[in-house]
Amino acid sequence: MSEITATTPELSSHGYRNDQRETINRKTADPKPHLVIEPVSGWRSLRLGDIWEFRDLLFTLGMRDVKLVYKQTLLGVAWVVLQPLIGAGIFTFVFGMLAEMPSGALPYFAFSLAGMIGWTLFSTTLTAASTVMVTNSHLVSKIYFPRLILPLSSAFQPLVNFGVGLIVMLLLLAIYQINPGLRILLMPVAGSLLLMFALGIGFWCSSIMVRYRDLRFVIPVAVQFLLYASPVGYSLAAINEKVPAQYQSIYMLNPLASLVEFFRWTLLGEGEIAPAWMCYSILAATMTFILGAFAFRRSERGFADVI
Amino acid sequence: MTETAIRISDLSKSYRIKHEAGNRATNLGEAISNKIRNPFEKATHEEFWALQGIDLEINKGDVVGVIGRNGAGKSTLLKVLSRITEPTTGKVELFGRIGSLLEVGTGFHPELTGRENIYLNGAILGMRRPEITRQFDAIVDFAGVEKFLDTPVKRYSSGMYVRLAFAVAAHLNPEILIVDEVLAVGDAEFQKKCLGKMQDVAESGRTVLFVSHNMAAVQALCNSAVLLRRGAVEFTGDVATAIDKYSGDSKELGAAVSRQSPFGKARVIEKLIPARNRFPARTPILIDVHLSTHDPSSRCHFSLHVYNNYRENVITISSEHLDTGQIASNVESFSIQIDSPILLPGIYDIDAFLYSGGIIDHWPSAARFEVTDSVGVNGYNASSQTGCKMCLSDFSFSDLKVAQCLNAV
Repeated sequence: MSEITATTPELSSHGYRNDQRETINRKTADPKPHLVIEPVSGWRSLRLGDIWEFRDLLFTLGMRDVKLVYKQTLLGVAWVVLQPLIGAGIFTFVFGMLAEMPSGALPYFAFSLAGMIGWTLFSTTLTAASTVMVTNSHLVSKIYFPRLILPLSSAFQPLVNFGVGLIVMLLLLAIYQINPGLRILLMPVAGSLLLMFALGIGFWCSSIMVRYRDLRFVIPVAVQFLLYASPVGYSLAAINEKVPAQYQSIYMLNPLASLVEFFRWTLLGEGEIAPAWMCYSILAATMTFILGAFAFRRSERGFADVI
Repeated sequence: MTETAIRISDLSKSYRIKHEAGNRATNLGEAISNKIRNPFEKATHEEFWALQGIDLEINKGDVVGVIGRNGAGKSTLLKVLSRITEPTTGKVELFGRIGSLLEVGTGFHPELTGRENIYLNGAILGMRRPEITRQFDAIVDFAGVEKFLDTPVKRYSSGMYVRLAFAVAAHLNPEILIVDEVLAVGDAEFQKKCLGKMQDVAESGRTVLFVSHNMAAVQALCNSAVLLRRGAVEFTGDVATAIDKYSGDSKELGAAVSRQSPFGKARVIEKLIPARNRFPARTPILIDVHLSTHDPSSRCHFSLHVYNNYRENVITISSEHLDTGQIASNVESFSIQIDSPILLPGIYDIDAFLYSGGIIDHWPSAARFEVTDSVGVNGYNASSQTGCKMCLSDFSFSDLKVAQCLNAV
């Protein structure tokens, strides 16, 4: 007796014999398989349990990116500190000094740095999450793991930068003697909303980029556009003051408008937040995140075949 | 009663091959404009079935070799089993934790140190962190890279790199292990070590699915085999029969008719005709070789390499080893006689080379012959022997015919 039984469609005359054998096996062998592989079409569950099982991989991949970014650079970690400082410096010059935008009672530099830190978390996560499938295509085509791990792992490095940026921000607050008060307890919430919104868009973009690499060129342009279409270097107060009322609601359709303003408010207490628009932004961010994850799951079945 | 480890029922996998290269969208703009131009036209595509109605049952503790020609569906099968790609229809049931090794060193990052890469690669292969820590010393020991643990692997020699990569993979401990052609790495000594490690895995009662083109390795490691052909199971059962069928199924005996062009260069060896296709051992082998005109300034050498079923080189002859010396460029044909080599029964492939400084032309599997029966040589029963034997024999080149007209020099 051979140790393997096989039937090919052509050998249908022997098929019944194998079928019999199989039913015998079904009774004697362990009836519960460890894993069943079957085609599933359409929408499917997120299988968060699987992601939890692969948490070591998530962590290792995330830390890999953190370690890699500043290897073989002269200034190393200093870049993490310099990037938001330079950005905030430019905004202080352009919006604060040249355009003389309002920043409440705050020094413009602290004002734009707070916006810049929140914005950088969003933009770097979005950029990293969108390209992560393509840059790790060799993993996707050779190894199984829950594919959501990849965009999720791409948030590690932006989060570390975010942490460093916050420390710089706190130092600056101490220097300017600004007391954020209890509002700062809401900062993690504001940060999470920005992160979720970025990851949500990243889920969509990364699964599209597997098929169409065009997005690689679209995303930097879109990010640049969003930077100026969101109250990062200026405040919502400036929009309310200088933009005609009928266009203000168009501006507010960008969920980042309320999210960035909210983030800055948790650090500085400065900001004009309309509750209705705030609710809209929270809903938009969470729905983008959840629907993005489902859309990613839906299209991931073809990743290994086309990447 | 033995337990089942893998049960595959009616498994198929199709790929879509799109036609009309002109219409195919490779970027978003094209995709959208195609859609606008022909909103109702569905893209024409052909279904290509990489796997077709596979039914298999593999028992716990079996070491199964999966063999077949290129494109037979071996890699697709492994990819479906290791969940990298989804089947189109059918079902696979796995009874046990599965680990797959489709490539050595997946996810190794050149900038990271050896230590960091062990953890990274281990995690990618599905090992938990404490598990890697427990095996860390064994991995380092197996790879022999103690001194370079904190050096980025981009500074490793390629041998060290591959050894470290294999070492991590070798310490993966799943109940079902899937291995794709990963033993062909490193130097001879390390390969022996790898084969030994694979043997340990096989003997420890784990289920192994092993894809390889190296029939000697399949023979040595596996206790049963599956032969795939065009996406379907052609044969399952004992290894020797599967290998025989595999070698037999590949090509007709005699001279090969068509051939691939050798890397864009013009082909020079035109025909390689064995005088007989099927003969008993200890018969002289006569081969006629026809050349087309080649670079008139060059004088070159011609060599023949005879391979057995296991793709092991059993005979190598070259004009380089003869007093007659090089073959002039105006030679059109010649005959080669290999005097009575003692070959084991089986099917043999002949590769031909024409070279001077570098290779001018290389024709793999230019011809094929079969040695039919074994002849007792001084009580030595050849048919009971398996594996590699280098065969020695006298040989000669004769009948060198010069072309009538040559390209103008």
